[in-house]
Amino acid sequence: MDRNKQTTEDFSLQALRAGDRTEFARLVETYSALIYRLGLRMLDDPQDAEDVLQETFIKAFRHLGGFDGRSSLSTWLYRIATNEALMMLRRRKHPSISIDEPLETDTEIEEPVQIVDWCCMPETELMSSEARAYMDKAVEQLQPALRAVFLLRDIEGLSTEETSQVLDLSEAAVKTRLSRARMRLRELLSGYYGEHLARQSRAHKKEEA
Amino acid sequence: MDHPNCQHLLGSLSDYIDGELGSTLCSEIEHHLQDCENCRIVVDSLRKTVYLYKVTAGTPGMPNDVRERLYKRLDLNEFIEKRPLK
Repeated sequence: MDRNKQTTEDFSLQALRAGDRTEFARLVETYSALIYRLGLRMLDDPQDAEDVLQETFIKAFRHLGGFDGRSSLSTWLYRIATNEALMMLRRRKHPSISIDEPLETDTEIEEPVQIVDWCCMPETELMSSEARAYMDKAVEQLQPALRAVFLLRDIEGLSTEETSQVLDLSEAAVKTRLSRARMRLRELLSGYYGEHLARQSRAHKKEEA
Repeated sequence: MDHPNCQHLLGSLSDYIDGELGSTLCSEIEHHLQDCENCRIVVDSLRKTVYLYKVTAGTPGMPNDVRERLYKRLDLNEFIEKRPLK
């Protein structure tokens, strides 16, 4: 993303590598809110998100000397943070959920079940606080490997190339995972808004009767 | 989802709404959408889904206490007060 690249150029890599604390504080100030938000959405837990935030910048400070500048600084920070968040999810007590499921081999997209035309609903209803809470819940239901791609691409606005650097995946794999994540969210949202439309139409019929 | 083409095109819809498909596949999808109502609904709702997440993503906010604890943990106490006004 251009915004990130510009910001990277605003930092003195030389000062950062030399351990300059003022420059490091600027880096923290610039990216900490973004990293915190990513952690919050990955983990849905403020304490865990805060742990990821702190670990990310502790590791960044420790390893800045070896930062090769091949990716932008923001991509590098996202990479540390995403790895921290995925590790934290592995440590959680859900042994049944496999984060490392080989997603690439399973390229078949699940067939859409919810075919409801909800696109013409007014935005006030599509974005009501209840709807937004459901949207967040839907993201939490994604497998972590899909959730990470969706958050980086569609929420944080990283490019396919940047996301592939963050997650150490091929660009084709990023696209496949993004496609599966979006189709899954479409399915969940269609179920939710479809139910909303059905309730409205039942209420209308009652009024008419 | 009853045309033979639907399943075949499903995996490309995400790239399609991003405008990242090659022209051959893109026109194949557009041709298909002209006579497949179901796929049209899927494409519209997929596009709307992504749109809704993007517009509600919002600007990142971090509680002040989280920020303070971060700075203390990083031994950057003297920079805590220097929060620029947004």
